[in-house]
Amino acid sequence: MKRRDFLKGCLVSGAAASLCAPSKSWAVGSFEGYPDSMGVLVDTTRCIGCRSCEAACNKEQKLPEPDVPFDDTSVFKEKRRTTEKAYTVVNRYEANDAQKPPYRKMQCNHCNEPGCLTSCFVNAYTKTKEGAVIYNAEVCVGCRTCMVACPFNIPAYSYSSAISPIIKKCIFCYHTRLKFGKPPACVEICPQEALTFGLRSDLIKMGHERIRETPDRYVDHIYGEKEMGGTSWLYLSRVSAEQIGLDTTLGNEPIISNVKDFLGMVPMVLTIWPALFTGIHLLATRNKNHGDVHDNHSEQEDGKK
Amino acid sequence: MKKLIASGTQSVDSLQKSHGRNWTLMEKLFLGLTLPQYVGQALRNPLNWIFAIIFAVGIPIILGRFFFGLSWVTHSSNDYPWGLFLGFGLFGMVPLSSSGFLLGTSCVVFGRHDLEPMERLGLLNGLLGYFFAVVYLLIDLGQPWRLPFPMVVSFGPAAVLFLVAWHVSTYLSVQIAEVSTSFFEWIGFPIGIRAIRKITLGLTVSGIILSTLHQGALGALFTYAPGKVHPLWYSSSYQWIHFFVSSIPGGLCMVITVSTIASKTMSWRFDKRFKESLDRITISLAKGASMGLATYLTIKLMSIAHDNKWAYFATGWGEWYLVEIFIGVILPMFMLAYAIHHKNMAIIRFGALLVVIGIFLNRLNVALITFNWKLPYREIPHWREFIVTLTVYALYIVVYRFILYRLPILYEWRVEKEFAPAYVTETESTPLRLAVAYAAETESTALENSDTATS
Ligand code: SF4
Ligand code: SF4
Ligand code: SF4
Repeated sequence: MKRRDFLKGCLVSGAAASLCAPSKSWAVGSFEGYPDSMGVLVDTTRCIGCRSCEAACNKEQKLPEPDVPFDDTSVFKEKRRTTEKAYTVVNRYEANDAQKPPYRKMQCNHCNEPGCLTSCFVNAYTKTKEGAVIYNAEVCVGCRTCMVACPFNIPAYSYSSAISPIIKKCIFCYHTRLKFGKPPACVEICPQEALTFGLRSDLIKMGHERIRETPDRYVDHIYGEKEMGGTSWLYLSRVSAEQIGLDTTLGNEPIISNVKDFLGMVPMVLTIWPALFTGIHLLATRNKNHGDVHDNHSEQEDGKK
Repeated sequence: MKKLIASGTQSVDSLQKSHGRNWTLMEKLFLGLTLPQYVGQALRNPLNWIFAIIFAVGIPIILGRFFFGLSWVTHSSNDYPWGLFLGFGLFGMVPLSSSGFLLGTSCVVFGRHDLEPMERLGLLNGLLGYFFAVVYLLIDLGQPWRLPFPMVVSFGPAAVLFLVAWHVSTYLSVQIAEVSTSFFEWIGFPIGIRAIRKITLGLTVSGIILSTLHQGALGALFTYAPGKVHPLWYSSSYQWIHFFVSSIPGGLCMVITVSTIASKTMSWRFDKRFKESLDRITISLAKGASMGLATYLTIKLMSIAHDNKWAYFATGWGEWYLVEIFIGVILPMFMLAYAIHHKNMAIIRFGALLVVIGIFLNRLNVALITFNWKLPYREIPHWREFIVTLTVYALYIVVYRFILYRLPILYEWRVEKEFAPAYVTETESTPLRLAVAYAAETESTALENSDTATS
């Protein structure tokens, strides 16, 4: 009887172990991003806060009418974030001295190793070879872990829908443009050429070049080159990254590295626990009745201290 | 009820109502009372009136959530994707439900038969806690009807939540099997009891594995948000250990608290064995809990030291952290230690209650209160969110009470050998048998599924 229970325990956990094994190997292997990943270089020194990218995105992604028209600059009074109605927003930040205040466009950064993707338990996200992080609403359960896991606070949720709420975020215009090699709508419309579309690797070179050519125009850093494992969208800036609302405390490790410790211990528990506890059981009950522990209540009553 | 028993009413505690006649199902449901008696005692209980008010307000709001969407009951915050439903209902209820695996382990695996009178309460507490955590989850999910998706439609095996989904659902069926013994006794189905007894050890061991992993996994979920959970509550290597270890005193103290409430409100349901062993077992559980608390405190400090986070103690967050640790860990630790030594039951019980509160506070801190500490604003949940949370909790209490009143959890089912044939009449009823066979089958297919899905 006991041996059979033991085997059964091993079987269940063994099955579960094999279930989790792939997750471990995937999680621990480090991934450098696709070589032909495209990206966008956002040169915040050129941005004038005209919000035309917001308008273009709204049109391209067929989003609902905005609450405030796109030529209204009163929105800069507060810091906005992406919502279900806006996949990208431009915010104004404090200037250092007499200079013009810097603006920064924000949208999904299309991380090389996206937190949203790794946290999703139905694998709704895909990192395409072009670099876009796209999302499949058909399988999404609505747990919103991806929103918790995105270090840049990007995904929004259409809470107002009772029947089919889904995640709403920038998808790099994948289905309408990127797939065909075309630049995204927001990039195309930018009157200042603040946004440059190209191969991510080229953009990094370009960024460093700009910094070298006009060092007093930029801080010597491309945000997104390494941050959080690297992102497809990259930022150049005259002021420090935190001044334009970019989190610099996140480090260069992708989100998944934080979870590795746990994922790595899962197979251990699955393999060691059954043997350990069955062993303890055999030891603990050796001197008592060898039959089924539960079969005989009166005997146990006597046996207890 | 107490009064009724005093006035000579007999409570159901075996299959036979005295002279060889079996209780009917109706009589069992009505606790052996007549209908007017039953309704009368229910109406006399003021608690039922409170529940009635909560349900009258809360249930329409819960329905409203499904008709008008989540934005109707919550602030639909994109910055705080998880609100009270998960912060309280999932992250708070699950650790307090570790009692099932803890008592199962001590009784079955460690052979601590002295704890046995409490075992069933522990198992039931576990089952209900998980069940209602899932209820909270269903209310919170955007598309709850897709909950089985991670099992059948689309897999994200690198996700911690994937593990939680699989483990909680498997564990829920394990717990149903464990608790079903009481149910089989109550309806009179000895075959089922024997079937479960055969696999008890297997169930218990898989319970340990599943519990270790998903209690930890709930903590690991927050390691996806290193920039959002406040550093004092965050630790990439220790987070899952914190959640797992704190669930040990949490589960034990929840059982102490529940048994305390039960002894105040439904002592008529206790049998002699339970009544006599209650204090002794409470002390044993408290010993376990205080060891758990000490371990928890140590690793909490270790993780602070490991990442050298002492500087945060100088901030308001640090004070709040100390408040949480003091109320939920240090104070009850000393109270339990003192009270165990002096066998002071009142202090033990109060200390246990503090631990339970401390667990809720900790989980709410991680999930909600200190979450997004870098953002300039704090999110206060919508009033409807509070009401829904309260309503589900009230429902939990009502179901808990319903079962404790009836099933042999707090008392032992009396089986009189000479009346054994009486079983036969009961088990002859085919629909019943079918239902149970069906339940057993789903159970085994669930296990099989997990096997096949993986191979
Ligand atoms: S920025 Fe956020 S939403 Fe976009 S890919 Fe990265 S983790 Fe995902
Ligand atoms: S909300 Fe949807 S996309 Fe986001 S993690 Fe959950 S299932 Fe995946
Ligand atoms: S890439 Fe497309 S979806 Fe993303 S912000 Fe630009 S226009 Fe919008």
